[in-house]
Amino acid sequence: MDAAKAATPANHTTENDEAIKVEDLHKSFGPLEVLKGVSLTAHKGDVVAIIGGSGSGKSTMLRCINFLETPSSGKITIGGEQVEMHDDGSPSNRRQIERIRTRLAMVFQQFNLWTHRTLLENVIEVPVHVLKVPKAQAIARAHELLERVGLGDRADTYPAYLSGGQQQRAAIARALAVDPSVMLFDEPTSALDPELVGEVLTVIRDLASEGRTMLLVTHEMKFAREVANHVVYLYQGRIEEQGPPAEVFGNPKSERLKQFLSSVA
Amino acid sequence: MTGLLESLGLAQSAELLSLSPPGWGGNLLRGLSNSLQIAFGAYALGLVIGLFGAYGKLYGGKVTRDLLAIYTTVIRAVPELVLILILYYVGSDIINKISAAVGGGRVEINGVAAGIWVLGVVQGAYATEILRGAIQAVPPGQIEAAKSYGMPAFMTMRRVTIPAMMSFAVPGLANLWLIATKDTALLAVVGFNELTLETRQAASSTRAYFTFFLSAGFLYLMVTLCSGVIFGRIEKWARRGQPSLTGGSK
Ligand SMILES: Nc1ncnc2c1ncn2[C@@H]1O[C@H](COP(=O)(O)OP(=O)(O)OP(=O)(O)O)[C@@H](O)[C@H]1O
Ligand SMILES: [Mg+2]
Repeated sequence: MDAAKAATPANHTTENDEAIKVEDLHKSFGPLEVLKGVSLTAHKGDVVAIIGGSGSGKSTMLRCINFLETPSSGKITIGGEQVEMHDDGSPSNRRQIERIRTRLAMVFQQFNLWTHRTLLENVIEVPVHVLKVPKAQAIARAHELLERVGLGDRADTYPAYLSGGQQQRAAIARALAVDPSVMLFDEPTSALDPELVGEVLTVIRDLASEGRTMLLVTHEMKFAREVANHVVYLYQGRIEEQGPPAEVFGNPKSERLKQFLSSVA
Repeated sequence: MTGLLESLGLAQSAELLSLSPPGWGGNLLRGLSNSLQIAFGAYALGLVIGLFGAYGKLYGGKVTRDLLAIYTTVIRAVPELVLILILYYVGSDIINKISAAVGGGRVEINGVAAGIWVLGVVQGAYATEILRGAIQAVPPGQIEAAKSYGMPAFMTMRRVTIPAMMSFAVPGLANLWLIATKDTALLAVVGFNELTLETRQAASSTRAYFTFFLSAGFLYLMVTLCSGVIFGRIEKWARRGQPSLTGGSK
């Protein structure tokens, strides 16, 4: 994205293709330390799959990246722009956070579409009101995107009248509408009935193949192996192992990862 | 027409209620108009107070929350009639003190403005609770989604939270409106010319109590019925996108 390029200092050209860089991220909820120093880099065009057991901190990590949770400490750099933080981890520049968030589109496990708006209204909401795209242009683009996720004929339907799979595809269209530099998926298929999982994975696979940068928390190991070019295994708030999918899935080194993989297989 | 009224013994009532003097109908309608003005104003003020109150109670600091708790508790505990007397006399006293301090004379309190302020403060306490409950009923994911897409806080409130909470709030707010219309009658105690006071004056001047109080009752009933229709529409709009339990259209 242009904005991302502009924000990157010229003397950092080697880091230019870093879409997301997380360094030594810690996060505690009260006495419970959920993230214990996580570092992770995603380059442009990377599809990073994040796997791990329940409660290992996958969602928390993803939510810290766009500051839906306030990190306890650490450093987060998005498209070469470091997020300004107070000592306590809270973002110190609200406008910067809002600007950065518009480049990170999140797709939630529970879809979180706005129920009082039609699919079309959901998709144009952020472009029109936050990004100030002219409405006619946003509407035309929204129709294209809904078409693309197979909901072209449902633009005027309210979310409650759709299946989970359709809602999640609409949520993906909403994410694409902001032209994100990175997409964050938090278990996009785990609230879906098994027969609806495929249609959503198809859309995500399609996005991966066109070179979108994404961070994907998932329990679908087969899918992760297929679409990701980097896999991160999180165990109790630490990265226990990471690497290319063939390594992580085909030749796991850590005992815990071996156990985890056999338990989900 | 006259013959029919005559035979029913209503000729005299019709004459008393005629819109031009010596009939009192005009006075009653003026009273109704005053009542509605106050009800509207107080309701609007109540909603504004309620919105700030609800946000303050949910997201405010400790001091804000405590002050709001005192406000809603006290207002809802004390009988409205007593509150009206207190707020009315305290309000006019304060205004006069201020006026004296800046070297002005006694200020004539505008009845409508006073009525709106007094009832608005009362309505605000109830609205605070209705809106707080409604905001809490909004699925947090919807607000989180807005946040995650970089929507600033105020825009999130305007574009997401308020529309999403409407369906939870409207039934309670409809009740509150009806209470507002009827509470205007209490302003008679401070000598404000709303419908009830006008009715009482007409009735005691003509001794036709039955005619006038029945007419006033009828006017209040009409207000309620019209409000019901309007709020029905608003509720339908607020519930857009939610499948009705009985099935049917979107
Ligand atoms: N807001 C919160 N307050 C307190 N504890 C929390 C909060 N959010 C998460 N936790 C705790 O943090 C830990 C990690 O949660 P997280 O949701 O990140 O796990 P996860 O890896 O996404 O698990 P899952 O696969 O079940 O989604 C859990 O023990 C959870 O109970
Ligand atoms: Mg999770």
